[in-house]
Amino acid sequence: MKILVCISHVPDTTSKINFSEGDTKFDTNGVQFIINPNDEYGLTRAMWFKEKQGATVDVVNVGGPETEPTLRKALALGADGAIRVNTPALDGFAVAEQLAKVVKDGAYDLVIAGRESIDYNGGMVPGMLAGLTNANFINTCISLDIDGTNVKAVREIDGGKETVNTTLPLVIGAQKGLVEESDLRIPNMRGIMMARKKPLTILEPIEASTETVSVKFEKPTPKGAVTLVSPDNLDELVNLLHTEAKVI
Amino acid sequence: MSVLVYTESEQGKFKKVAFEVASYARAVADQLGTSVTAISINAEDPSMLGTYGVTKVLNVKDTKLDAFNAKSYAHVINQAAAEEGSKVVIVSSSADSKYLAPLLAIELKAGYASNVVALPTNLSPFTVKRTAFTNKAFNETSISTSTKLVGLSNNSFGIKEHTTEIEVTHYSPSIPDNGVHVESVDKVTDKVTIADADIVVSGGRGLKGPENWGMIEELADVLGAATACSKPVSDLGWRPHGEHVGQTGKPVAANLYIAIGISGAIQHLAGINASKVKLVINTDPEAPFFKAADYGVVGDAFEVIPALIEKLKAFKAQNA
Repeated sequence: MKILVCISHVPDTTSKINFSEGDTKFDTNGVQFIINPNDEYGLTRAMWFKEKQGATVDVVNVGGPETEPTLRKALALGADGAIRVNTPALDGFAVAEQLAKVVKDGAYDLVIAGRESIDYNGGMVPGMLAGLTNANFINTCISLDIDGTNVKAVREIDGGKETVNTTLPLVIGAQKGLVEESDLRIPNMRGIMMARKKPLTILEPIEASTETVSVKFEKPTPKGAVTLVSPDNLDELVNLLHTEAKVI
Repeated sequence: MSVLVYTESEQGKFKKVAFEVASYARAVADQLGTSVTAISINAEDPSMLGTYGVTKVLNVKDTKLDAFNAKSYAHVINQAAAEEGSKVVIVSSSADSKYLAPLLAIELKAGYASNVVALPTNLSPFTVKRTAFTNKAFNETSISTSTKLVGLSNNSFGIKEHTTEIEVTHYSPSIPDNGVHVESVDKVTDKVTIADADIVVSGGRGLKGPENWGMIEELADVLGAATACSKPVSDLGWRPHGEHVGQTGKPVAANLYIAIGISGAIQHLAGINASKVKLVINTDPEAPFFKAADYGVVGDAFEVIPALIEKLKAFKAQNA
């Protein structure tokens, strides 16, 4: 089985979010970048396939050279090879088009992409990629078993879960549940050394069009101070929620 | 040229989000000077959409669509858009809509903006405001394709009544056989889901163990709320994954979010920030959550919650 894991290079979950150039660009100053958490759950599941039933696992990112440390980390976690499509990630559709080319050329059976990135939260790349490559698609996937080309999976739905079956080729939108938080790995020294020798292929982009344009960013207006209510005066709390906040 | 809105239903009943997206579609149609057509799949009473400004329903009834299938549903909505010549298509942010929207975007050849929180700020170019960086920022995005797909963030626009004459038309699109088949659905039906809830009651590690969740559930019952939890609580296995809210869990955009024994890590705050009013109950006055809260009680949850439940019961009895 050939697995491709799509890796988004995103600001660390604790990053302060600021914008530059008249609020049109994300300010990367002092920001640490990581593998998008939803992608990392997927990558870990891919490593289990490799270790338990045999698979090759490649990782791919669409982005500039600054994303390479993130790809190297994925290699240190056990991926066999990495691909970087050398073009900035301008919108979900353009990224999906670049990835579709990589998927077709590499004849991947299973493509794993986080259900959304934690920066733009578009949640569109996995589904668009499935649409463009005509593969089956399961979003918010929390369990995945593959036997030959038969797939059994569980999808998280509002208020529960749904068990489905399908066949390869398949794209999944990955998230926590596919593996647990405690299953995530930290690269060890051997992994880091080996990652240096693994191939990181740089592909030039195909001509792809964008469908959306990010115009500008804005931060939420700062909150006013909290209204503290004494635990001995919960009548007051109920009253505030009813008459002031009007939520009960 | 009407605005097309996908009004979701479940077992024949419209979901709450269906009325919100219909209300939003009506307001967008008013901006564009056009009407609203809804595509309804296996709903029992589509005419009730007239209350929210829908003037026409393409009413699909087909047992092949009884189980949700993202590809089939996307295919049906795409055909409906072609039928109506719609250039703006609106869906919700439910798990199902987020599943089908990117597939639909490819079929429609439409640019897709998800997590949209307000009416278009500009019609040419078509520009919408959406959340980004997990609610730590807003992003103005313009869609440059001739057809536009908008995913409305839940509970961002609200349900607005706008009663109109409505025409319900039987519609039978082609339904291809698709590759993903549902075997079983495991869903708690007697509880409000986090996605649908007006109020969410959420517990953290401060509750000390899963055996103490009875009072969280009771508080949720009194308020008609959904229950949720912080990431450590789901990682410890105290509560099911589906309840985990935060950056890597479910997003919450409730009218009232009640956080009990949750310190308020930045990842948790990001996930719940879209909620309108936040009430925090914590023993530690230094908990970072108080900075993000509207109302706070510094106190022991094991004393405050049972007392609050009694006060709320009395309040409900009085206001019933």
